Amino acid sequence: MTDKNKNQVKPLVKTPTGILGLDEVTLGGLPQGRPTLICGSAGCGKTLFSLEFIVRGALEFNEPGVFIAFEEKAEELATNVASLGFDLYELQEDKKIRIDYIHIDKSEIEETGEYDLEGLFIRLNYAIDSIGAKRVVLDTIENLFAGLSNQAILRAELRRLFQFLKDKGVTAIITGERGESSLTRQGLEEYVSDCVILLDHRIINQISTRRLRIVKYRGSVHGTNEYPFLIDEEGISVLPVTSLQLNKQVSSERVPSGIPALDTMLSERGFYRGSSILTSGTAGTGKTSIAASFINAACERNERCLYFAFEESPQQIVRNMRSIGMDLQKHIDSGNLQFQASRPTLYGLEMHLVAIHKSIRKFKPTIVVLDPITNLITVGTMSEVKSMLVRLIDFLQVEQITVMFTALALNTITNEQTDEGISSLVDAWIQIKDIELNGERNRGLYVMKSRGMEHSNQVREFVFTKTGLDLIDVYIGPEGVLTGSARATQIMLEETGELIHSQALDRKDRELDRKRKMLEGKIDGLRTEFESTEKELNKVYIEEQIKKERIQQARRNMEDIRKGTPTSNDTDNKENK
Amino acid sequence: MEQEHYELRLYVAGKTQKSTTALNNLKKYCEEHLLGKYTLEVIDLLVNPQLAEGDQILAIPTLVKKVPDPVRKIIGDLSNKEKVLVGLDIRPKV
Repeated sequence: MTDKNKNQVKPLVKTPTGILGLDEVTLGGLPQGRPTLICGSAGCGKTLFSLEFIVRGALEFNEPGVFIAFEEKAEELATNVASLGFDLYELQEDKKIRIDYIHIDKSEIEETGEYDLEGLFIRLNYAIDSIGAKRVVLDTIENLFAGLSNQAILRAELRRLFQFLKDKGVTAIITGERGESSLTRQGLEEYVSDCVILLDHRIINQISTRRLRIVKYRGSVHGTNEYPFLIDEEGISVLPVTSLQLNKQVSSERVPSGIPALDTMLSERGFYRGSSILTSGTAGTGKTSIAASFINAACERNERCLYFAFEESPQQIVRNMRSIGMDLQKHIDSGNLQFQASRPTLYGLEMHLVAIHKSIRKFKPTIVVLDPITNLITVGTMSEVKSMLVRLIDFLQVEQITVMFTALALNTITNEQTDEGISSLVDAWIQIKDIELNGERNRGLYVMKSRGMEHSNQVREFVFTKTGLDLIDVYIGPEGVLTGSARATQIMLEETGELIHSQALDRKDRELDRKRKMLEGKIDGLRTEFESTEKELNKVYIEEQIKKERIQQARRNMEDIRKGTPTSNDTDNKENK
Repeated sequence: MEQEHYELRLYVAGKTQKSTTALNNLKKYCEEHLLGKYTLEVIDLLVNPQLAEGDQILAIPTLVKKVPDPVRKIIGDLSNKEKVLVGLDIRPKV
């Protein structure tokens, strides 16, 4: 109760370790001013872990540290970590760290009567004060038990030691060998109760995996899972797996696939940035080529790409891609492309994940390719691979990195399951299928799914050319879907037909023309005939008119004559009347 | 008994009960067995903490026999006379 109240008033201050990933798992580091127990069996990395804590503290957080070694001499330690790029001698000269080797040789020591470990305290105190240390490591204090036989005194003194460390206000790491039934052989955990971290080195199917678990952390929330960690040339990296919340940022930016025709199938613009793409197909269908053309295009746009090859060596891939007109070497040289080739069996699945995480964090690519993920099944079961990929996809989506997986699909039930198992995780799934017809094999490409965009439901024939990859519309005719040479033949046949057809049309056109000209000639003749007839008729009509008028005149003249009126003028005569 | 010269160092930390007992015991044994052929140096680690490293001192009090070879350490208040004498190679192990 009082403990809780204290924490509410003043939350637990933490000391960052500087060890990659550990500070995330512990939400800030180890409890400041308190001892932490790191236990584990032989060879699990306790010493390296604690030494890295000291060195990183000195280098990155400007906190000097004291390393009390009960097992290894200072020179041995220096040699051991020299490969990690830590120069212990230099750090010691700069008074940033101090390594004290405490040697206990039982054969030299005789015990008579009462004693205490004040000598150790004095040494420790002197070491801490001489460089103003904030961090202390005791590795491995259990050696005291081997050297001294009076257990009662030892236990009492240990209790005093931890109290002393707390009073000094140093953040301490105590390492302990894993016991049969308890966390440590000597039950150190009963003295150190603030924070206990268990390291583990397991071998499953001949493949070793290192794991770390925070057994307890008083006064703080912490990750409770087993976290895999990796020891490599840069020290320890712990992989926090993972935020399982589905609330990451999404982008509606598009990434072209590198194959224009494929982009067309994906509503003209390609994949979403930060999405995950699965390319699956049977052996030799060009999965790697699709992946390569994807990164090739990205590198041309000056994006950074990381290619994890689990099957082929980088040189092999570079050579093979040259045959379809892609120069990947150019991108490697410019630094846009990096290959990480490793055999899946090199280490366990979790280790692969840690290694992938690490390289991604270091290289900061925008596009990542894993080729092929199916090979990972050799080091884990399907569900393990799936859970690893979930975490990987999770991580990549948070970082807005587009990832393309390739997967080999065999025509066996198990692998189809894999396909489906993974396909539910990915955003886009491109499948390449063999289409076998007329004694030849052709590749048909389908977009099985593509979340959040319109995509073509059509199968396209996938062809390799000297200049890259291309998709061709398959021929769909009365004979069904045709690909390859069958398609070519069909197209040729159709072209011939069209030629014949068009010639027939030409002939008909010409005939029509002729007929029209003939008819037009006839029409002209008739028209002239009609005109001459019309003229004739007009002439007759006019003559008739004139004749009629003449007769009427003559008749009137005759009448006038009969009446006896002078016939000077017809009109005058009428007026006179 | 050997006729060599004994170089002894007793490491203590302040004037504690155990240290005083050890010093008194040691003096008594030396007067009895090594009279005139030993030098005893008492080092107080509270005064000179840097000296603890050289002889790999952990426990207090610690008696170190530097000469003659081999180097021996006896820790505790030296209350067991037999053990001390055997430890200092004054008396052979029975």
